[in-house]
Amino acid sequence: MSAAVSMVPDKAGRFGPFGGRYVPETLVAALDQLTQAYEQAIADPRFHAEFEFHLKSFVGRPNPLYFASRLTAQAGGARIFFKREDLNHTGAHKINNSIGQVLLARRMGKPRIIAETGAGQHGVATATACALFGLPCTVYMGEEDVRRQKLNVFKMQSMGTKVHPVTTGSRTLRDAINEAMRDWMATVESTHYVLGSVVGPHPFPRIVRDFQSVIGKETRAQCLDQLGRLPDVVIACVGGGSNAAGMFFPFVDDPSVRLIGVEAGGRANDPGQHAATLSFGKPGVLHGTMSYVLQDEDGQTADVHSVSAGLDYPGVGPEHSYWRDSGRVEYTACDDSSALESFYLCSRMEGILPALETAHAIKEAMRIAASRPHGDIVVVCLSGRGDKDCYEIARLSGQDLETASVH
Amino acid sequence: MTAGDPDPQTTREAVRRLVLAGASVVELGFPYSDPIADGPVIQASYTRALSKKPSMETLLSLCSSMKDDSLIQPVPRLGMLSYSLIHRRGPEKFVQDAASSGLSGLIVPDLPVEESIELRSLCAKSGIDLILLVTPTTPRDRALRILEACSGFVYCVSITGITGERSELPASLIDQLGWLRDQTNLPLCVGFGVSRPDQVAMLRTHVDGVIVGSALVRHLERIPSEGMNAALDSIEALARSLCSAVNP
Repeated sequence: MSAAVSMVPDKAGRFGPFGGRYVPETLVAALDQLTQAYEQAIADPRFHAEFEFHLKSFVGRPNPLYFASRLTAQAGGARIFFKREDLNHTGAHKINNSIGQVLLARRMGKPRIIAETGAGQHGVATATACALFGLPCTVYMGEEDVRRQKLNVFKMQSMGTKVHPVTTGSRTLRDAINEAMRDWMATVESTHYVLGSVVGPHPFPRIVRDFQSVIGKETRAQCLDQLGRLPDVVIACVGGGSNAAGMFFPFVDDPSVRLIGVEAGGRANDPGQHAATLSFGKPGVLHGTMSYVLQDEDGQTADVHSVSAGLDYPGVGPEHSYWRDSGRVEYTACDDSSALESFYLCSRMEGILPALETAHAIKEAMRIAASRPHGDIVVVCLSGRGDKDCYEIARLSGQDLETASVH
Repeated sequence: MTAGDPDPQTTREAVRRLVLAGASVVELGFPYSDPIADGPVIQASYTRALSKKPSMETLLSLCSSMKDDSLIQPVPRLGMLSYSLIHRRGPEKFVQDAASSGLSGLIVPDLPVEESIELRSLCAKSGIDLILLVTPTTPRDRALRILEACSGFVYCVSITGITGERSELPASLIDQLGWLRDQTNLPLCVGFGVSRPDQVAMLRTHVDGVIVGSALVRHLERIPSEGMNAALDSIEALARSLCSAVNP
């Protein structure tokens, strides 16, 4: 594998054949402005200092690289480590990107922020960054996700963010993105859209990847420092793919490190029953970018399903499509029931309640670790904590937390 | 008109009514599941059309049937659709199919000029126009590049936002139209936000055409409660009043 893997995107936002910009003309000027502001920001040491200051003092970085000793014993093979993004303020990796983009919005002089959210983690992270900097914020969230993630809705509202339930289409993340884009079409001159994953038109896939790369950079340094070498395998879950992109990017030029992305296998492999875009999709255009997409034969976006509100997205970031086709990253899927099993296993064995998204990656880590010698190192991006999922997991397990009593 | 809302037969009848009312070009929107440039009226129309799951073949044969309709045939039809649909069929195949279905041009609202090179040359080869959009947020140097790449007419977006009716059109629109007129010989047509004859009257001396979508399509919402003929009559009546505002 040559060093060229990390030399993307090009000026047009292309990751090989993927990426680019498929948006209404109204948004092009704003995307150009964002590209320019981002180039200026990353050339400015003060911007880096400001970003790092907030990551340290507000988010609580660096977070630990933690040895999951009991899960390691349970798997009976390679040592499993967790990169603890769940210990960030707001409980997931999403805050890394939200802080970065809100700082960019301030540089551009845009006084209003909008965002989309699926599970609610990106909405909470963006609401948090907006409260920190005193900017008004509106978050678009599918009605189905509002139901599944009431706690996150309450958190956003408590921080002064307006949560706008989206009632069109499948009422999930994909429709929330459509509505946020429509808002942005009308307000683009005064509003910055904090897109939460490595999807959408150029320059978002690059910006989000770069802000999230703090995950992989820290992990790489911690491996060298604590273990004396690079890991053998790095695993992360993939919905749109932001925690995975941030985790993988600093390793893509290290040919000895095997990288595995885990998508939502849902209930079954039939269309509409999963969200495993890179396993079952085809190249197509969705939400302004060319990437693998789950579509029907005419190009209409397919319905998707996952037990996890953060993974049920019918597209995926264009860089993941590029990594898939170049063979640099392997992609697999974990089904709903395995993810639930893995949620309980990690909770009982490690005292860590992982997000359902993350539970998909843990399942694969257990499988991979079991097949490798004890000397090997497997790192999982523990992308978020599971508090937000407790109500839904309880419901799926036949319990109602509103009325539950302790036995 | 959205192709297939609520079914192909109704679309064809609605197009006949538009032609009778005096429309000089008809735009057929191909329904798409995730239309980010469209407002609630067009999106709802797409949702109604897609609930019948019309295939691309069905929509293209609807276009073909208009070519064989002696009333509609003399009035050019344009296809308006997301690049997602074009990409999935394959741009080369789609453009050939569009041309042989009698479409004179394409409007692809999510394909900015930078990404349009391949489609432009395919359209040129098949003898159909690729109409590009200029918006209030388009900088002038960029507008010049769009004008150079555009054919047929220039789609001038009146407002910063999605499709749908607006009570006011921005005053800056007239300035922009004047500037565009000095830069190009292509006809200028204004769309987004136009719904009433008085807006058409305000624009008529500055433009070569006015594009109305949501205000007409909205009447199809009433089919379940009021029946098809009432909806089509309303569409024809509005189209007639808009057309007479163009040529008073």
